[in-house]
Amino acid sequence: MNKVVNGADEAVRDINDGATLMLGGFGLCGLPENCIAALVRKGAKDLTCISNNAGVDDFGIGLMLKQRQVKKMISSYVGENAEFERQLLSGELEVELIPQGTLATRCMASGYGMPAIFTPAGIGTEVAIGKEVRNFNGKDYLMEMAFEADFAIVKAWKGDTMGNLVYKATARNFNAVMAMAGKVTIAEVEELVQPGELDPDHIHTPGIYVHRIFQGKDYEKRIEQRTVRKK
Amino acid sequence: MLDKEGIAKRIAKEIKDGFYVNLGIGIPTLVANYIPHNIDVVLQSENGLLGMGPFPFEGEEDADVINAGKQTITMLPGSAVFDSAMSFGMIRAKKVNLTILGAMEVSENGDIASWKIPGKMVKGMGGAMDLVASAENIIVAMQHVNKAGESKLLPKCMLPLTGINCVKKIVTELAVFDVLPEGGFKLLERAPGVSIEQIKNATAGKLIIDGDVPEMVI
Repeated sequence: MNKVVNGADEAVRDINDGATLMLGGFGLCGLPENCIAALVRKGAKDLTCISNNAGVDDFGIGLMLKQRQVKKMISSYVGENAEFERQLLSGELEVELIPQGTLATRCMASGYGMPAIFTPAGIGTEVAIGKEVRNFNGKDYLMEMAFEADFAIVKAWKGDTMGNLVYKATARNFNAVMAMAGKVTIAEVEELVQPGELDPDHIHTPGIYVHRIFQGKDYEKRIEQRTVRKK
Repeated sequence: MLDKEGIAKRIAKEIKDGFYVNLGIGIPTLVANYIPHNIDVVLQSENGLLGMGPFPFEGEEDADVINAGKQTITMLPGSAVFDSAMSFGMIRAKKVNLTILGAMEVSENGDIASWKIPGKMVKGMGGAMDLVASAENIIVAMQHVNKAGESKLLPKCMLPLTGINCVKKIVTELAVFDVLPEGGFKLLERAPGVSIEQIKNATAGKLIIDGDVPEMVI
């Protein structure tokens, strides 16, 4: 059960034009930086990207947007990116905005083998247009379908060669739910260890969900809003 | 009239001992600074944290520890981290006792618009739609009028909705209101130095004034 590949370029080798990708992270926190760089090098286009945010102009998915590799974004919040806004307003980029919890839960449903979920988020709003509404115990819920993604690309803190993953602090975010949801899941980790080095009780994503893993390098881990207090 | 800090101070009085609270971006974030020290409160950040603490000391910031506003923060003793699905799971399951968020408009039946200005602002709803659809106790913190001087407390929202029939209470620089289940903004308190007349002039939706309205104590 050795899932180790030789770096990011090998991990994304078969991500071709038109693929649907999930990309973990929240803002710039917990981004699969190595895989994004490899995708930019590879140059695959017409990609559909499911990701909570779209990065900033020179970091994260913003780097793929700059190369016009993205056809469609499915996200919950996409501020902070001028190139994104330009492509959206000019019609080059298609965008589907969906509630953040719906986004996460549609990933989760996929990893749990459930075709759809019911959520009250978006009832009475434009998000509900064209969707089935069901009433349970007097309250309306929207039926939202599980995502199908060709690849899920996630970043973890530690992982072992069998694909078991552990995330650090709030960098877990969408990584842990997307890791369960790809037809092929690619995990890049800060530290790759041998089986047995991670405590089974502390595994966040069991290796069965992960197909390829490698130890990333040169993590920038950029901070979007550096807020501090004085000592 | 209250400034932003004043609105935050007044809202902090709504937080009770034992509450789990989600604070939105903007004025709601400031509320954390005014939670009384003698009560036990846990802040939830919807990117996946319970136990959010203050900003880190200079030099101690960690890119892996942020809040939903993408700001560097700290985790207090007893914190728990989890993934985004569980984060909205606990919100949907009504485990979070109080949600405080900003708004562009609120209608007299408790509808809220907060995420989109057609043709102008395309950023997305983030977690706001999930929060307002599930939370039982929602307080809106906002300015009473927009930059053009138009009331944000309306008979009906003009902007695309975030959620319907959900806002329970509003705190603005002028006043505190309950949004009544049968419809209408019930005036509870006036901000210091603000007259009933001022509040009437700034409120386009149905305003309900029942007897003497006290000045708020903050």
